[in-house]
Amino acid sequence: MKTSLPRLVRNGNHRPSAFLRTLHSPRWSSSLSQRPGAAGVTFPGAVNSKFTSALTFEHPSTYPAIPTYRCTSPDGHLIDGTIAPCPDGLALAMYENMISVSIMDLIMFDAQRQGRLSFYMTSQGEEGTCVGSASALEKDDVVFSQYREAGVFVQRGYQLGDFMAQLFANRRDGGKGRNMPVHYGSKELNIHTISSPLATQIPQAAGAAYALKMQRLQNPDLPPRVVACYFGEGAASEGDFHAALNIAATRSCPVIFICRNNGYAISTPTLEQYRGDGIASRGTGYGIDTIRVDGNDIFAVREATLKARALALKDGGRPVLIEAMSYRISHHSTSDDSFAYRARVEVEDWKRRDNPITRLRKYLENKGLWNDEREAEARTRIRKDVLKAFGEAEKELKPPLRTMFEDVYEEMTPEIRAQMGELREVLDTYPDEYDVGEFEGGRDSLEK
Amino acid sequence: MSRLLRPASRIVSAASVRPVVRSAFQSFPRIPAIVQSRGYAKESGVKEYTVREALNEALAEELELNPKVFILGEEVAQYNGAYKVTKGLLDRFGEKRVIDSPITESGFCGLTVGAALAGLHPVCEFMTFNFAMQAIDQIINSAAKTHYMSGGIQPCNITFRGPNGFASGVAAQHSQDYSAWYGSIPGLKVVSPWSAEDAKGLLKAAIRDPNPVCVLENELLYGQSFPMSEAAQRDDFVIPFGKAKIERAGKDLTIVTQSRCVGQSLIAAEALKKKYGVEIEVINLRSIKPLDIESIVKSVKKTHRLMAVESGFPAFGIGAEILALTMEYAFDYLDAPGVRVTGAEVPTPYAAKLEDMAFPNESVIENYAKKLLRL
Repeated sequence: MKTSLPRLVRNGNHRPSAFLRTLHSPRWSSSLSQRPGAAGVTFPGAVNSKFTSALTFEHPSTYPAIPTYRCTSPDGHLIDGTIAPCPDGLALAMYENMISVSIMDLIMFDAQRQGRLSFYMTSQGEEGTCVGSASALEKDDVVFSQYREAGVFVQRGYQLGDFMAQLFANRRDGGKGRNMPVHYGSKELNIHTISSPLATQIPQAAGAAYALKMQRLQNPDLPPRVVACYFGEGAASEGDFHAALNIAATRSCPVIFICRNNGYAISTPTLEQYRGDGIASRGTGYGIDTIRVDGNDIFAVREATLKARALALKDGGRPVLIEAMSYRISHHSTSDDSFAYRARVEVEDWKRRDNPITRLRKYLENKGLWNDEREAEARTRIRKDVLKAFGEAEKELKPPLRTMFEDVYEEMTPEIRAQMGELREVLDTYPDEYDVGEFEGGRDSLEK
Repeated sequence: MSRLLRPASRIVSAASVRPVVRSAFQSFPRIPAIVQSRGYAKESGVKEYTVREALNEALAEELELNPKVFILGEEVAQYNGAYKVTKGLLDRFGEKRVIDSPITESGFCGLTVGAALAGLHPVCEFMTFNFAMQAIDQIINSAAKTHYMSGGIQPCNITFRGPNGFASGVAAQHSQDYSAWYGSIPGLKVVSPWSAEDAKGLLKAAIRDPNPVCVLENELLYGQSFPMSEAAQRDDFVIPFGKAKIERAGKDLTIVTQSRCVGQSLIAAEALKKKYGVEIEVINLRSIKPLDIESIVKSVKKTHRLMAVESGFPAFGIGAEILALTMEYAFDYLDAPGVRVTGAEVPTPYAAKLEDMAFPNESVIENYAKKLLRL
């Protein structure tokens, strides 16, 4: 009945009643008549387009590049008077979180080189984007990340011990030793487990946002929530990115897409990755509120994310795109040597010229909240904490033997249950042949 | 897509940083000397090639021979390939023949399929076949079927290649064997090389074949060296599809296998000969589709026992196909039911010890062969 209404109205000779027009106006446009001298006709696919008699093609170069928002100058002074300064306690916490990530990165990168874990990815140069944006999210918000967002995890409360448990796949690893290193995830912190295939998280984030929106429509007592979805500019070349932005826009999903544009996708520089005005220009193409920010300015990222979150929740929900510009100072991963495709001096330049940690440090020093002494104390303390967590995680028991059989399916199949029983019998028959002491619970985890 | 692993999948290739911890349980089987020398004359013409070098040589020769051939993929040009298979090709053939792609499997795979439909002979490199999942619609619905559906007017001379199967420490989303997936598609041809000769001959044949061909390489074999005969070093060397190779002759048991499992089966066969004096025949399939059932039946008629060894998942796999075909064509010659040795029915775990148990290795193959032979 509902679908047949518009046709009925269009076929009739009478104009639709005001009631019907309100009811259906977003879904169809009624007037095919064109008044003499009208500037345009409402083509359903471009309702606001005007006619022109000039035959020209649009090109990105005819438009100015989208500006990059920053609110802190390189010497650490706030230059946007309209924003409320960040509380001192939070600024200090964000600073410590950034240096925690950078210290952990250094130690774990070396540990990988020593062969103590198989793989690691650092986020040098992008700590600001991650910590700054995460500081603007609520605890109940849901996060989908790619694989270079350790800062988001730290800011949301993921502990050093949690990182190490995952990296060393011990009994405290939420992934039970089944995932590669750096594929963190946390139910308590509402962060979906990182998945290796690139860009798959982007449409999933739109779907999760749609679910949050529906849940709140059904139960208005729930707190308003958004999804934050992180990805790199390389991932934005995948088809999933485009599908995600379009469906998020058309379904009005409350999701903040946060693109870390760090200049490189493994060895591919952005010049070979795309030809338009970065990722931000694509957002407006999909009808999405979009901003480009200086990823080295943690306050700019934070402010943009705060505003984006408010926007995303307005009028029932809508997606927002943030493109955070930075430079990937680190190698892509421990499997990569980036000096094979970029000059060492370029990296050193970026490291010195602009970097989110030093800029926030200057801000804190200007306010008298930080000095060399506190810096030295914090770095020593954090380094000690990281090494302590590292050592403990390496010595920790492995996950229970039972986890070998669990989770392939929601419930163990009879075949898997039988296999587990068989293993238990083998261990019972030859107790001296197998040392199961390094697994949590030993043989007993195989009961039932 | 998946680049993360894009990155991760390079672990093994980063030779200088082989993790000490993992090397303890990652056994890289060396081919027993007896096998290495078999079939090759000892004259100075035989050279040692790694599988990587063999693939590189095959690509270089075909680029040289046919101006319609070009290579496109992620990191294949500037970076010389994620696994260095395309090393030096950009310098030699220029950026019109060796082309870097943005990170978009469905995009660059679709582009190469389109180029093939328009008459070129592209080689589409996937950083690993795990990432080809993002482009599988192009491979199956377009590359494999367009010739048939267009009434035969649109050939699709394309080669899809890249590492397939599990590597080392890259977990479930990067450790999958696609032989059975592609092997089930009418219109595709699928090959799975083991040795350097296989790699060179099959890749060259794939590029020359007028049909879409998937060349399923193996990351753990890239660095392994094999002797390459003088004939195989020539630029006209190709291996015909649909012909398996008997890597080791025997009379007591037929092992049918492919890719990395060939080397493991040879080691198991050698060990069983030493311990029990049994002679095991090891058949290297080389080509998954078309499948050389004739060689398998011939061998089973001689040995009366069959074992299929592969690293794919157990259900609906290459092993299942081999057993089914043998049942259809050689049932009366079997003295015992055929046996499959496969990967475990579990998404590949990361944890080293679990990963080790998730795939067949020499001792697992040996044990199952022992059981089958009642030793």
